[in-house]
Amino acid sequence: MKTNDLMRESYSALAVNKVRSTLTMLGIIIGIASVIAMIAIGQGAQAMVQANIQSIGSNLIVVTPGVQKGPGAFISLGRGSAENLTMADYQAIASQVPSIQAVAPELSKPYQITAKGTNTHTQVIGTNQNYPIVRNVNMQDGSFVTAQEVSSNAKVAVLGPTTASDLFPNIADPIEQTIKINSIDFKIIGVMQSKGGSGFFNQDDMVIIPISTAQHYLAGPNSNGQPYVSDISISAVDQNSMSAVQQEVTNLLLQRHKITDPSQADFTVQNQASIVSAASSVTGTFTILLASIAGISLVVGGIGIMNMMLTTVTERTREIGLRKAIGATRRDINLQFLAESVILTFFGGFIGIVLGWLIALAAAHFLSFPAQVNTSSIILAFGVSAFIGIAFGYYPALRASKLDPIVALRFE
Amino acid sequence: MIQLQNIFKSYFNEGIETRVLKNINFSIEEGEFVAIMGPSGSGKSTLMHILGALDSPTSGKYILDGHDVSTLSDDNLAEIRRKKIGFVFQSFNLLPRATVVRNVALPLVYAEIERSKREEMAKSALLQSGLDESRFYHLSNQLSGGQQQRVAIARALVNNPALVLADEPTGNLDTKTGDIVLGTFQDLNEQGRTIVLITHEPYVAEHANRIIHIKDGEVLSDEKNTHRRAVIEHRGVVENRDVVENHGAVENQDAIESKNTIEH
Repeated sequence: MKTNDLMRESYSALAVNKVRSTLTMLGIIIGIASVIAMIAIGQGAQAMVQANIQSIGSNLIVVTPGVQKGPGAFISLGRGSAENLTMADYQAIASQVPSIQAVAPELSKPYQITAKGTNTHTQVIGTNQNYPIVRNVNMQDGSFVTAQEVSSNAKVAVLGPTTASDLFPNIADPIEQTIKINSIDFKIIGVMQSKGGSGFFNQDDMVIIPISTAQHYLAGPNSNGQPYVSDISISAVDQNSMSAVQQEVTNLLLQRHKITDPSQADFTVQNQASIVSAASSVTGTFTILLASIAGISLVVGGIGIMNMMLTTVTERTREIGLRKAIGATRRDINLQFLAESVILTFFGGFIGIVLGWLIALAAAHFLSFPAQVNTSSIILAFGVSAFIGIAFGYYPALRASKLDPIVALRFE
Repeated sequence: MIQLQNIFKSYFNEGIETRVLKNINFSIEEGEFVAIMGPSGSGKSTLMHILGALDSPTSGKYILDGHDVSTLSDDNLAEIRRKKIGFVFQSFNLLPRATVVRNVALPLVYAEIERSKREEMAKSALLQSGLDESRFYHLSNQLSGGQQQRVAIARALVNNPALVLADEPTGNLDTKTGDIVLGTFQDLNEQGRTIVLITHEPYVAEHANRIIHIKDGEVLSDEKNTHRRAVIEHRGVVENRDVVENHGAVENQDAIESKNTIEH
């Protein structure tokens, strides 16, 4: 029997019973659609979490100070509050650690900020020209703090988009306007692009000023008379060098702070990659969980196919007997019934992929969620549905092919 | 053309042997119209299965068109059926929701004939079996019983078989329609077809030129039919075939039809 004739015979047998074929296909359609949609939503969630973490900075390593110990070392003021990270530490890292793309010192503290008739309370970050590279900042208007402005203690400020609209609700372009931080006038030179306010703090609500200005006018030196920073952000050249950079920075600072036991370090070096991978493994686990639940419905759909095929074989016993009497071999009969179940799962799989895609798009639209349908999940879904067609169609087809034509022709 | 030599057939049920055919010997020449007659349980159905290559004898030799068929495997038997034999069944066994032409062409699908040629061959077989051309593209379950049986006869002829085997072909038809179908067989025989007809009705058997009686698995008698009943002589009947048949269809066939198509 020729292949195109086989397909035609199988198709017309299915077309004779359209309602039943459609209902059987529905099992596969729902199974494949839910697998596709669940994987798409899961991968979308994963991508969203990763993008959020990446938006903080690319290949970011952050050095924060350790615990500030009061006199007698009994009262602890909390991690990150010590003033023992200095500008000298920053310069040492910048000049001595290899594989660094950029380093930015940061000195941040919240202040009440006033403009004409408005005011807000937000974080003021003193930093230098490297900050946009390290923290993935793009400018919406104007320019960022320059090296020249840092060395000249310029009283200039860059606003986050939220801060800009809070302070200047009626002015579209607040550049050249003046704000007061701690009663000191600052000229606005730029507004940053929005990063999307999510996570633990709003990255769009902040004011950036040159670090020298912050140290000179706002913070002052630490107890040893040295200009200090509240953290140092480092961007490694690529993802692979991150752990090496982390190690180098740790060693350098231990040496500079004269600490021999790393567990006694008065600073912390955090690696963004570890945060990303932790978050990814959580969302990855959820994706697998969702896909497995959807997979169960696929198996149920497969059993539906087997059930329908067994019923069909019984109902069409005399037809099978006739086909054998007019010269069909066992193989012809076997292939015809196998083709029927594969056609069902193939079309069911195709419709399921389209439906799953639509569900993922709808979810992306209504939950403002970047659902991703990728080729590998489509290939997987097609493979699985074809496999189900063969696996669950095999036994009914075998039963059909083994029927004795004499018995089959007499079947009532 | 057909030779049966010392054919035995036994069935074994839990070790107990039941002999159905005991030493059957006869031969059929090309162009003969033979009726095999016997009461139910005589073994005539088993004999038909062996003649039709649906079953193999326990011992003995069956030679069909020069080939020894008695020891072939299942798939080789399927090939013999595909090439050498055309079946006509009591219950027509047509695909119900397929057109007449598609039903007739079905054996050609398994013979791997080109699709373009199949339709042509099916139509010429339908003309031989005498079905009205206007019905070629009707669905088979829209036809009367007599018309369905003629579609089945066309299906048996389409692969140009050496032997046409008919198993109680008039069993589900009323007398008038049955006569027309028997007439069709006589027409085909006059065109040179070899036909073997299995029946338990003496009236039906009398249309053949030779009658073999079977009883208890043995040949009881084998003789030429000298007073052959000739439907063909009543030309009026032949010419008005479709008219008669259509009346029969309306009045008698509805109940039988629903039973005789293969239910999907």
